[in-house]
Amino acid sequence: MDQVEKIFETRELNVNMGPQHPATHGVLRLVLDLDGETVVNVTPYVGYLHRGIEKLGESLSYFQALPLTDRMDYVSAMSNNIGYVVAVEKLFGIEAPERAKFIRTMVGEMSRISNHLLWLATHALDIGAMTVFLYCFREREWILELFEKICGARLTVTYPRIGGVRNDITQEFLESLWKFTEEFPSRILEYETLIDQNRMWLKRTIGIGVISAEEAVNWGLTGPTLRGSGVPYDVRKFTPYDAYDRVEFDVPVGTEGDTYDRYRCRMIEMRQSNNIVRQCIEKLPPGPIMADAPKFTLHPKDAMFPITHPTKEHAFYIDEKVCKGCGMCLRACPVKAITGEKKKPHKIDQAICLQCANCLAVCKFKALKIVPGGKGLSEDKLKELAQAPLPEEITKAKEHLVEHFTFIKRGPRAPEGDLYVATEVPKGELGFYFVSDGSGKPYRMRVRAPSFIHAGVLPRLCVGHLVADVIANIGTIDIVLGECDR
Amino acid sequence: MAIVLRKVLSYEKGLEPPEIVERIKEKFPEEVIEVTESKDRISVTVKSGRIIDICRYLHDDPFLLFDHLQDLTAVDYLKKKEPRFEVIYNLYSIRYRNKIRLKAQVPEENPRIRSAVPLWAGANWHERECFDMFGIVFKGHPDLRRILLPEDWEGHPLRKDYPLKGPEPENDWPGYIEVLNKAKELKEFEWEG
Amino acid sequence: MLIDTSTIGLIQVEEDTKILPPNVIITTFDKIVNWSRLSSIWPTTFGLACCAIEMMAVGAAHYDFDRFGIIFRGSPRQSDCLIVAGTVTKKMAPVVRRVYDQIPEPRYVVAMGSCACTGGIFRTYNTVQGCGSFLPVDVYVPGCPPRPETLLEGMMLLQEKIRKEQARWSPWR
Repeated sequence: MDQVEKIFETRELNVNMGPQHPATHGVLRLVLDLDGETVVNVTPYVGYLHRGIEKLGESLSYFQALPLTDRMDYVSAMSNNIGYVVAVEKLFGIEAPERAKFIRTMVGEMSRISNHLLWLATHALDIGAMTVFLYCFREREWILELFEKICGARLTVTYPRIGGVRNDITQEFLESLWKFTEEFPSRILEYETLIDQNRMWLKRTIGIGVISAEEAVNWGLTGPTLRGSGVPYDVRKFTPYDAYDRVEFDVPVGTEGDTYDRYRCRMIEMRQSNNIVRQCIEKLPPGPIMADAPKFTLHPKDAMFPITHPTKEHAFYIDEKVCKGCGMCLRACPVKAITGEKKKPHKIDQAICLQCANCLAVCKFKALKIVPGGKGLSEDKLKELAQAPLPEEITKAKEHLVEHFTFIKRGPRAPEGDLYVATEVPKGELGFYFVSDGSGKPYRMRVRAPSFIHAGVLPRLCVGHLVADVIANIGTIDIVLGECDR
Repeated sequence: MAIVLRKVLSYEKGLEPPEIVERIKEKFPEEVIEVTESKDRISVTVKSGRIIDICRYLHDDPFLLFDHLQDLTAVDYLKKKEPRFEVIYNLYSIRYRNKIRLKAQVPEENPRIRSAVPLWAGANWHERECFDMFGIVFKGHPDLRRILLPEDWEGHPLRKDYPLKGPEPENDWPGYIEVLNKAKELKEFEWEG
Repeated sequence: MLIDTSTIGLIQVEEDTKILPPNVIITTFDKIVNWSRLSSIWPTTFGLACCAIEMMAVGAAHYDFDRFGIIFRGSPRQSDCLIVAGTVTKKMAPVVRRVYDQIPEPRYVVAMGSCACTGGIFRTYNTVQGCGSFLPVDVYVPGCPPRPETLLEGMMLLQEKIRKEQARWSPWR
């Protein structure tokens, strides 16, 4: 009898899901232990997209680390940029001007809409509603086109800057955005007619992945994932940043803490975001878009235009008497137009020279002379012209260029200390923890990624449910693996 | 199924941050080493020995209720500070809207600290990441394995003495070397038009 | 029955292709095999990072991959193209290689994005510096991430490449 039992012993089935699986939203891997169709145990494996962003951020200056944040949560890159920028501004002790704050709030909410659209598209696709995917991408495309209008990029925008934003927005852009906000609520209704009362959708979402309020807080959940359980924790309300204390919005809070409540929360959040965007357009004040803090912010590039974008091309000339032959310009030249031996005066081959002014920026001895409008002249003529005093605007531009170069090279010197700043990105609370040792690079850059914590709660949500609900649970916590693994 | 819209979120005013520090000092007089004021909140540097008791006090005391663990991470102060590591707890109280930061000092040899998982379930993955990136062992953790890097990876990347570009190609992670060798082996079967 | 091609009216439409009205086409075997392959490239649904989102955008209605006959398949065993969309990490490399090994011949690889091409901005301990180190890449699509049009262009280049293949169908290849 024992033997018979041994043969027909019930064993748990081990299923490996991912990293290549269409429903895991990237490269998440789950190992499921199944008893029939019921999930007994889930072990998530992450790290398949671990690119070492924290380590890389420690080796780059504060300016250079900004593009890395786009690649963390690539679904809502704008929000991540804003999170980083707000944290670094607080570290530097500077404040962005009003207009920049409103613009950042506006684009941040646009990115929230685009994130929730992608979330709805993939979540519905995983559960089985293909139409929603196509509908959502239609509006997402619209938002991406609007992003393209302001900064030229669709996905990885890097539009906010430390101390403000990259460039000002135009009236034309505001008008097209206004048009979008007028149209969008009716589009949300469209998605809702598709799934809101859909029997299939209700069956797959109600009572799935229930988590109580205390437990959700204990697990460290944030964002709509937490609010679905009834905790009204929203960083925008609790510790307002940018212009969130000057716009009105409500925080949707669920009651049951299941997948359906979280879905409803996000749908209402889209409407709220839409309202915030409209308020920002209405309240947008005039003024500068960059903080006036030359020690910490990038200098405007147009001050260098007399040199870098001249009306008539300049020539560059090395003064033989001053040049010490250090070789800095030689290395800086992108086309190798500068020749010369060490410790002997160098020479510029005028035929190859691109007039990029790189050599001008690196020269420590001021041996490089600029000859306005001197392209095509002979060597002797240049030598003669180089001694003449320069026009004032070019002298200014030259100083600016050299300053800019050294500033970029060593980075803005942050005051010593450490701080943790949280912002509300569409996924939850994105925190940046910086330790600064007073140099131009962060000593430690830590990213508290909401997806990382949300992925950790998967075993708690899935155990006891059916296999099919695992997919619904992955969708409902809204994770992006780039942010999770960093 | 009902969604409630919350407009103005009222909250009870809790203790002032300096008062919280005073309470910690009162309760654990021998543990607190230093109190510094950062730009966002007060940080309290403590010894790592009774960290879990301090955390439990902060978490459970009805006047503090630090129920939200915002972040748990570590910093490596190689040749800058003694002891080398600091484990950072960024705590937040959703009820009182208070914040505080705890820094627990961990020595270089035998870096060990008690796990905070019994208090905050969310600390689980944070601690695994700390173990992965810094090699700090969390005693009492239910499942302390590497999380981001493969199990058989050598070294702890976020330590300051680990090169950014990683190990030399010949000492790379064995799994990756295996893939490269396999690719070389199978190359002769590729189609070359 | 042999047809004397010199007596009946064969119309040459292009090189190597003749039409015998009303419905007979005479062409080389290469051409017909390549034509059928290039007009139904089925890539695996395999997103790695940021580029996967752009890949999804291309698959959606606005850019519409389907008009090229490109339809995403969930399983590598049913597909014949691997779009490496995103950063390949060392931990992920064995998986990418395994997915590639599962694809039946003829198979093609498109490296989408700077990270898949060269490692991009991530010169770190866990990033593979270009998936070309362990995969035979056919088309490199640069960009961070590439615009949907760029990916479309890349797929068109792959089609051109397939069009030029010779005797990839023979058992002696």
